[in-house]
Amino acid sequence: MVPISWYLLLAAALFVLGTIGALTRRNGIAIFLSIELMLNAVNLALVAYSRQLGDPTGQIVVFFVLAVAAAEAAVGLALFIAIYRHGRTIDVNRMNLMRW
Amino acid sequence: MSLEVLVFALFAALALGSALVVVLHRNPVVSTMSLVVTLVALAALFVMLGAPFIAALQILIYTGAIVVLFLFVLMLLNVQRESAATPSAGRGQLWGTLIVACAFAGTLVILFWRSGAGVPAPLTAAEVALPVIARLLFSQYMLPFEIIGLLLLAAVVAATVLARKVPASPEEGD
Amino acid sequence: MSPQQIEIAATAAKMLVWIGFLVGALTPVMVWVERRGSALIQDRPGPNRLGPFGLFQPVADVVKFMFKESPVPAAADPFLYRLAPVLALVAPLSTYLVIPLAPRFVVAGQPIAGVAADVDTGVLLLLALSSLGVYSLVMAGYASNNKYSMLGSVRASAQMISYELALTLSVVAVLVPVGSLRLDEVVAHQQTSLLHWNVFPQAIGFLVFLVAMFAETNRLPFDLPEAESELVAGYHTEYSAMRFALFFMGEYMAMGGLSALCATLYFGGWSLPGVDVMAVGAWLAGLPGLGWLGGGILGALVGALILFAKVVVMMLVYVWVRWTFPRFRFDQLMRLGWKVLLPLALLNLVLVAALTVGGVL
Repeated sequence: MVPISWYLLLAAALFVLGTIGALTRRNGIAIFLSIELMLNAVNLALVAYSRQLGDPTGQIVVFFVLAVAAAEAAVGLALFIAIYRHGRTIDVNRMNLMRW
Repeated sequence: MSLEVLVFALFAALALGSALVVVLHRNPVVSTMSLVVTLVALAALFVMLGAPFIAALQILIYTGAIVVLFLFVLMLLNVQRESAATPSAGRGQLWGTLIVACAFAGTLVILFWRSGAGVPAPLTAAEVALPVIARLLFSQYMLPFEIIGLLLLAAVVAATVLARKVPASPEEGD
Repeated sequence: MSPQQIEIAATAAKMLVWIGFLVGALTPVMVWVERRGSALIQDRPGPNRLGPFGLFQPVADVVKFMFKESPVPAAADPFLYRLAPVLALVAPLSTYLVIPLAPRFVVAGQPIAGVAADVDTGVLLLLALSSLGVYSLVMAGYASNNKYSMLGSVRASAQMISYELALTLSVVAVLVPVGSLRLDEVVAHQQTSLLHWNVFPQAIGFLVFLVAMFAETNRLPFDLPEAESELVAGYHTEYSAMRFALFFMGEYMAMGGLSALCATLYFGGWSLPGVDVMAVGAWLAGLPGLGWLGGGILGALVGALILFAKVVVMMLVYVWVRWTFPRFRFDQLMRLGWKVLLPLALLNLVLVAALTVGGVL
C-alpha cells in the first residue's frame, strides 16, 4: 500500500523542478513547458488529496485546471508566434523593449 | 514490496526522470517529448489514485492537444537549441534559483508530510465509477463548467487574432 | 485456479486474440487485398507470381523488408528518428483494448468481461490513445531533417487533429442515447433488432464518422501528406526497410482500430440481430472435440468472429474507396474538416440529444 504522502512528495518535487526550469531557461517555450510541469504537479496533489479525503471535488477542480491550461497554452503560444514574427527570437533575455 | 509500491516507484521514477530532462535539456523538442512521458506517467498515477476519468482526460487534452500545439509552434518557428556558448543563466541567477527552490521544497515537504496521512481505505468500484463525477459536474459545478466554455471561446478568438499575419501595408485589405 | 489468476489469464488471452487477429491475419491479408483489389479495380492482373493468386506476396514483402538496408540519415536526430516508427505501431495497437469482443461470459464459474480493459471510461480511453498517434507523424517529420518530411508531417498532423474533432463529436452522439462511455453498453443498446443498429437512426453521424475515419488514418481521398506524387513520400520519405514496414503496419492497425470502432458503434459490434452468441457457443460445446473449451469461451469466440467479419468488410471499403476517388488538396481537406464536418457533427449531436430527451431514441 502506498501512503498518500508519497504522491504529495512527488508532486512537490515536480513543482520545484518546474520552478527551477521556469526561472533558469532562456528559451521562452522551455519556460512555458516548465509552467505546464508545475500545473501538472498541482493536478497530482489535488487528485492525491481527493483520494485521501474521499471527496471527488478534487477531481472536478483538476478538470477545470486542465481546461484552463489548454486555454493558456493556446493564447501563450499565439503570443510567442506574434513575438517571433516581430523580433525573430524567442530568447526571453532579448525581449527587453519594456525595460527601463 | 507489494506490487502497488513497485508500480508507484516505476511511474514516479519515470515522471521525475523525464521532468529532469524537460528542465535541463537544451533542445526544446526533446524537452517537449519528455514532457509527454511525464504526462503519461502522471496519468498512470492518476489511475492508481482512483481517478481513471481524469487520467483519460489528461492523455486526451494534455498530451493529445496541448503538447502537440507546443510541437507545432516549435517546428514552425524552427527553434534552435540554446547555444552552449552563452550560459543560459548568469551565476547570480542560478544561485538565486537554487535558494528559492530549496525554500520552496522545504515548505512543501513540511506541508505535505504533515497533512498527507497514511494509507487510505481501498477503493470500491462505486467510488471510481464515472457517474460520481458526472453528477457533481452537472449539478453543483454547472456554473464553472459554462464559464470554462466561455473561457475556451475567448482563448480561441484571442489565439486566432494574435497569430494572424498582419497585412503588409495599411492600403492592403484582408 | 484462483479467481485472480483466471482474470489475468483471460485478459492475456483477449490481448492475444486481438494481436493474433491483427498481426497474424489482418495485416498480411490486407497487403494482399490492397494489391489484388487495386489491380481488380484498375483492370490489371496484380501480383500473381508467388503462389496461387499471388497469395504469398505478403511473405515476399516481409522477406524484402527484413533484408533491405535501413540507412539512418546523417543529420537526423538519432533517438527520435528511431522512436517514431515504434510509436506509430504502439499508439493504434493500444486502441483495441476497449473494443468488446463478446458479451460477458463465464469461465470455470467466474464471469469474464468481453473487453480487454473493462473500465468505465471505455471509448474516452480509445480516443485518448489514438490521439497519441500524432506524435509518430510529428517526430518522423522533424527527426528526418528533410524539408519534404517536415512539410508532410505538419500537414498530416494538422489533418489528424482537425478531423479528431468531428470524429469525437459523432462518437459522443452515439453515446448520448446509451448514457455510458462503455462500449459493451453501446453494443447492448443495439442488440434488439437490425433497425437498432446506430447506422440507421444516426445516419448523419455515421457519414461524418466515415469521412473522419478516412482522414484520421491518412488514407485516400485524404492522403496528401504521404502521396507518392506529392511530397515524395511525405513524413516517411527517409524511412526504408523495416522502419517503413512499421509505419505501414501502423497505418493498417489504425485502419483496423477505427474500423472496429465503427463496427461497434454503428453496426452492432459482436452481435447479430436474432443470434444469441452464447447459445451458439453452448451448441458448439456439444460437438465432439470442442467440449473442453466450454460454452463460455466458444460463445466469446463466435462473437469475436462476427466482429472480425465486420472489421474485414470495413477494410474492404477502405481499399475500395482508395482506388475510386481522387485526392483532396490540402486546403480543400481542411475546409471540409472544419466548415462541413464539424457543423454536421454538431447538428447530429443536437438532433440526437433532442430525440433522446423526447424519448424516441
